[in-house]
Amino acid sequence: MTQPAQVTKPLPEADDASKPFWDGAMEGRLVILRCADCKAWRMPWRHHCDQCLSDRSTWEQASGRGVVRTFGIMHQKYHPAFEVPYNVTIVELAEGPRITTNLVGVSNADIRVGMPVVVDWERHSDITLPKFRPA
Amino acid sequence: MAHALRNAGAISGLGITPMGRIYGKSATEFAADAVRAAIADSGLKHDDIDGLLINAGITGNIGGGITLGLQNYLGLKNLRLLNHMNAAGSTAAQMVQYATMAIANGMARHVVCVFSDAPLTEGSKTGAAYGGAGRIAPRPRGMAGLYAAAGYFGANTGYALAAQRHMAMYGTTQDHFGIIAVGQRQWATMNPMAQMREPITMEDYHASRWVIEPLHLLDCCLVSNGAVAVIVSSADEAKSMAQPPVYIRGMGQGHPGDTGRAGNDAETETGAKIAARTAFGMAGVGPEDVTQCQLYDCYTYTVLVTLEDYGFCKKGEGGPFVEDGKLGPGGSLPTNTGGGELSAYYMWGMTPLSEAVIQGRGQGGDRQAKNDVILCTGNGGTLAYHGALILSPHAN
Repeated sequence: MTQPAQVTKPLPEADDASKPFWDGAMEGRLVILRCADCKAWRMPWRHHCDQCLSDRSTWEQASGRGVVRTFGIMHQKYHPAFEVPYNVTIVELAEGPRITTNLVGVSNADIRVGMPVVVDWERHSDITLPKFRPA
Repeated sequence: MAHALRNAGAISGLGITPMGRIYGKSATEFAADAVRAAIADSGLKHDDIDGLLINAGITGNIGGGITLGLQNYLGLKNLRLLNHMNAAGSTAAQMVQYATMAIANGMARHVVCVFSDAPLTEGSKTGAAYGGAGRIAPRPRGMAGLYAAAGYFGANTGYALAAQRHMAMYGTTQDHFGIIAVGQRQWATMNPMAQMREPITMEDYHASRWVIEPLHLLDCCLVSNGAVAVIVSSADEAKSMAQPPVYIRGMGQGHPGDTGRAGNDAETETGAKIAARTAFGMAGVGPEDVTQCQLYDCYTYTVLVTLEDYGFCKKGEGGPFVEDGKLGPGGSLPTNTGGGELSAYYMWGMTPLSEAVIQGRGQGGDRQAKNDVILCTGNGGTLAYHGALILSPHAN
């Protein structure tokens, strides 16, 4: 068996459509889409509002606060760059949309559904990722 | 007045290939084996088939899946109904539904519905086909990349998160999941087709490795190479065919939708709730009339939440409902009597459907359960798509 080459975690790359989200992240601001007509917030990026099907939207700064909707502790090594175990967590933002993320600053054993959390930024060279920590 | 589709159709043929780590055949070849077996089983001739509905399985996504080219591989000419369908694990039930509607309206006479899959290659890991990590770009583009960046991989993750939510909301425990796994393995010991026939205990369940908490390995379905085909005919024709007819008494679907925001409970309230109203209504029965269940069981949790949504117990009470072992052999609600996807074979919605046909015919041998009213379900996505059939050996 040869050693596999060093593999890094899949880091997202901004595309034109989602650039305001990633630019906001670089500045430490959680910026998400909001329907210009019915005012519903939405995640992730999509052209149409799923509530009213409007194609008019704006990027607005969200509070960065939310609660743990649910989570799991991954033990299966699906991807060589992920050290197991690690948590996979869905945070429900105060504005309503849910985001798939990881909790930081808390041991996996202490994570609870309903726990209040706040965004925390994981910085990489050309991209910053929204993670969450207990509020 | 009874619904026009109640007992309009029947399952008249069944073909099941050997299942599991069987190599050397393509999905198309497995499909042909299953279709040949189903036609022989029904007593029909090759030329009698005038409809073909296909469902490709995971190889439809990752490559090598069956296509509409299957028609020509099978030499089926002058079909009056043909489609390639995919609503994930709910497809098998849906194929039977569309076939029944077509037959009841004169658009076809004998429709073959086939699922085939061959994701396992020699030496491959069982979970690899469904994990998806190998197909993730080093730099996934846009916000969709947040999933991969968080290490959200495959079907296991979605169901683990759903199960966790149920546990937090309702106090469901690992023991509740475990009793389902143990009961189904007991059933599998009586099914010569099953891939896993060694009995397991609750201790074995708790000792099995974590895949993603709260799911142990024994909470998760198998992955199989193989194919299953069923033939749908009119109830009238099925009466004079080779096998005892299994009548399609009721049918329904439910797809609740998940907009990924507050107010949506997609983890714990499934499409089964919607499908139940349609299917039970058409069949003129309720959960109290069901004598056995063949429930889609990609995970133990899927069985538990499906029972709730069909009204066998109240929402949140699935755990206490199953904990006396009533789903296992000798229990009051025999469920997944072939071992299901957890212990027998994973042919998406064809796993519960194939066992429902065997049971409906009274051909279950040692594992035959009371078959007057069989609830057979399919579930796909992360509890996103749901198909239901109410089956019975009686046309009344």
